[in-house]
Amino acid sequence: MTHGRNSSRRTAGWGGIYRGHRARVGERLAEMGIFVVSLSAIALIFLIFLFVGREAWPILIQSDSVNSAAVQDVIPAVDLPKLSPEQIRAYLGIDAAQLDRMDSETIRELMLVREEAFASLPQSLQRDPDARLNTVRWRSLILPHQWAGYSRPEFIWQPIGEIHKYNIVPLLVGSLKTSLIGLAFAVPFALGAAIYVSQIARPRLREWLKPAVELLSGIPSVVMGSFALIVMATVLQRFFGYETRLNAFVAGIALGMAVIPIVFSIAEDALTSVPRSFIQAALALGASEWQAAWQIALPAALPGVFAGVVLGFGRAVGETMIVLLVCSASVMSWNIFDSARSITTTIAAEMAEAVAGNHHYRVLFLLGTILFAVTFVTNLLGDIFIHRLKRRLEGKQ
Amino acid sequence: MIRTTLSRRSLTWIAAAVIAGAHSLAVAGTITVKGSDTLVILAQKWAETYMGKHASTKIQVTGGGTGTGFAALQNQSTDLCNASRKIKPTEIETCIKAFGKRPREYAVALDGLSIYVHSESPLTQVSLEELQGIFSGKIRNWKEVGGPNAPITVYSRENSSGTYEFFKEHVLRGKDFAASAQTMPGTAALLQAVARDKGAIGYGGAGYGKGAKTLKVSREKGGEAFEANEETVANGTYPIWRLLYVYVNPELDKGDAGAYLSWIRSDEGQAVVKEVGYYPLTPHLRKK
Amino acid sequence: MSATTIPSRPSLRGIRWRPVSNFFSGLTRLATFSILALLAILLSTILVNGLPGLSFRFISTIPKKDFFEPGSAAVLPMIVGTTVRVFVMTLFVIPIGVITAIYLTEYAASSSLYTRVIRAAVNNLAGVPSIVFGLFGVGFFINFIGRGFDSLTHQAGPQLGQPCLLWASMTLAVMTLPVVIVATEESLKSILPGLREASLALGATKLQTIIRVVLPNALTGILTGGILAISRAAGEVAPILFTGVAYYMRDLPKSPTDQFMDLGYHIYVLSTQSPNIDQTKPVLYATVLVLLVLTFSLNGIGILARARLRRSGRSDS
Repeated sequence: MTHGRNSSRRTAGWGGIYRGHRARVGERLAEMGIFVVSLSAIALIFLIFLFVGREAWPILIQSDSVNSAAVQDVIPAVDLPKLSPEQIRAYLGIDAAQLDRMDSETIRELMLVREEAFASLPQSLQRDPDARLNTVRWRSLILPHQWAGYSRPEFIWQPIGEIHKYNIVPLLVGSLKTSLIGLAFAVPFALGAAIYVSQIARPRLREWLKPAVELLSGIPSVVMGSFALIVMATVLQRFFGYETRLNAFVAGIALGMAVIPIVFSIAEDALTSVPRSFIQAALALGASEWQAAWQIALPAALPGVFAGVVLGFGRAVGETMIVLLVCSASVMSWNIFDSARSITTTIAAEMAEAVAGNHHYRVLFLLGTILFAVTFVTNLLGDIFIHRLKRRLEGKQ
Repeated sequence: MIRTTLSRRSLTWIAAAVIAGAHSLAVAGTITVKGSDTLVILAQKWAETYMGKHASTKIQVTGGGTGTGFAALQNQSTDLCNASRKIKPTEIETCIKAFGKRPREYAVALDGLSIYVHSESPLTQVSLEELQGIFSGKIRNWKEVGGPNAPITVYSRENSSGTYEFFKEHVLRGKDFAASAQTMPGTAALLQAVARDKGAIGYGGAGYGKGAKTLKVSREKGGEAFEANEETVANGTYPIWRLLYVYVNPELDKGDAGAYLSWIRSDEGQAVVKEVGYYPLTPHLRKK
Repeated sequence: MSATTIPSRPSLRGIRWRPVSNFFSGLTRLATFSILALLAILLSTILVNGLPGLSFRFISTIPKKDFFEPGSAAVLPMIVGTTVRVFVMTLFVIPIGVITAIYLTEYAASSSLYTRVIRAAVNNLAGVPSIVFGLFGVGFFINFIGRGFDSLTHQAGPQLGQPCLLWASMTLAVMTLPVVIVATEESLKSILPGLREASLALGATKLQTIIRVVLPNALTGILTGGILAISRAAGEVAPILFTGVAYYMRDLPKSPTDQFMDLGYHIYVLSTQSPNIDQTKPVLYATVLVLLVLTFSLNGIGILARARLRRSGRSDS
């Protein structure tokens, strides 16, 4: 594995490329090509951030071009001749090129649509101060608001309806709640299995156990979700006796099953990478296998185990189909037997009905950006932990 | 070696993709239909029946949701858009911006929403006002609507479904669903839950109804209650009904597509509606 | 790694009776076998309920009537859609993934800044939620590239500016890139350095060595990467939700700009949209079984090949 990697004479050239001999132009070009292609992973991360963020951008900068208020000021179509092109563009939300292409009849038609939309609203709504609220402002997205008909300020995600209630807090709670239940279920099992497979099981058994547990990762999440919906929900309800059949608990357990192979794999790798000599020394001193595993191997591999848990959390937060199939009510509650609506569920379920480019569409992309940011951080943390593990093990050797 | 052949192959493939893409629209006589998943089975049936009679016309139907359909109508990737709700002003605006005209609207079928309770419930009817109270969380016990002294469990649909939106607009009249309402991913899942829960109430398409009891619905409390059937939905005595629509760019409403649209609203087309479990349009609605 | 050279475990067991240790060892064993039991229950439920619904007609016809009803349900278009989308995906992901792996193992120093950043990006990409890839597909492939291409070619309607097979496959390619990179790297590392040195000593250039010596030897590893990527992608639904999957289509997809039906999405449809759950259950289980057979056979090949590769890699070094 060490083809001159650590040689001190080695000097990396353009793009970190090391060749070790002179090369013709064609070969250099090919190398450049290889280097450029190899940057694609970096480019993709960057592009994902850019293009998911781009659709959410007007909300991120709180631009006036997105306004989700049910009742908006209307300029009567008869006033069209009095308006300047700038006013028309601002009012109709179009750019100069679009305006150039339109004749005055089309513009009038657009203004008429606005007028009719306003006239068709019920009287009660026209008077409701909430209906004039632009609900994609940070204040509405994050803070509770006392809507008409409610006795106190509440966090509400009800995007469909005359007034679009876009409070994202219930969704964050829903994602956290289901993921934490999933982790609470998955980590003990996955960690126990990792210790058993890496430290206690006989080598021959081990050869079989590891791929068998990892087989679980081959089950598509949509299959896990529909299994949870049809079978697990009934079994768990009978066992625990709670009232509503589909809730965050069922979703969490199903998520846990999806997360087990991830936590297991990473923790098992970390535990296996602890030098055998550590364990053998402990065993020679009279420790039992369990003591060697718990007091020697586990502490040494701890960063790797953490990495497994963190990456498992990232996977649980990002999992879509399971939660979508099992539970989806956006309830603001930490009770594990209540329903929950996760960020991923919301995006998956509502995207098809959202009008491209409007406030709902942009809020969904905002959720995607948040999700990406969260998993970016968990991935980074996982990476850091794994590096720490490597350094720790190398340092001790 | 591998690298070069693979990348060369993928390049050819991209080229092929682009060329094939450019060609696929050139096929004449094809009508594309896209939109609401509620309507996709009906639209498919229509297409099959129509193509059986008019061999020269090809009709391609896909679902994806009403919103997706409108987006496709606006950027002209579909000829017809199926919708389980009326077009929204913002969607009309994007259409005008894209092709200068309002899309033309055709009502194509009627749908009645049923109210489901557990099969052992003593209740037989419920009024619109009571439904609003129950689903918004104001009424929490069955005894308030003349039933036994037992808590009500409310089952609702996923908030992206057309059914949810319709129910919220017409029964809740803009109020929010109770926070305690359970949301179900589909009407079938909802029915399954209602069938197992003695205190349950839920709503869904009229064609379903197995395993649970369907309540009659009255407009006012104590008024005459009706069950949903072809007659009561068509004459409007059953209060929870909606229209299903097809939208089209007026420019395209001619030739094959125009003929197909008027066929859908003819007796033959409306006979198909009944087969799928919706209700045919009344003559009055057909004229409009 | 010297693990295999020393007898891996002196048999100290049974020397002394240690209740606490034995109890905890037992717990870890219990955890392991509980997981396996869960897996077994899951698989056997699907197998028992799915087998009766499986028939040649079921997997070989296009459903013309009602796909919720056992009598008329069929999954041919979904099998075709899923298969085609993953194979189209490999056309994009394998070249890019293999080239990146070549750069990382053959050219770049493991300590260089490039390597570290690329590796971090690959790890990060592996952890991005699948639904975010779906959004990316909409924002980048459909809205940016597709629409841009359409406006350049001035066509009557959108060709590429809409969800279709091509964009769904490319979205999946982005998602599975890390899988291919990691698997290829593993196989490249397992090749004996002596092989490379021999080739270089005979006067071959580095690029010639890579193409003539390294790549042919790494072929199994690259294929393994491709298979793992396919098995991961075959069951994914979230990335294709808005980038190309169709609820129902009468015909099989004919061009890359067509939409397609998909096994995983169909499972979602069957479990939520059916008018009668009990009637649809056999169809649902049978469809799940078809998808599992597809992903598991691929996954199994991948895991076995990887295990073999690792073993040979270990004994070499």
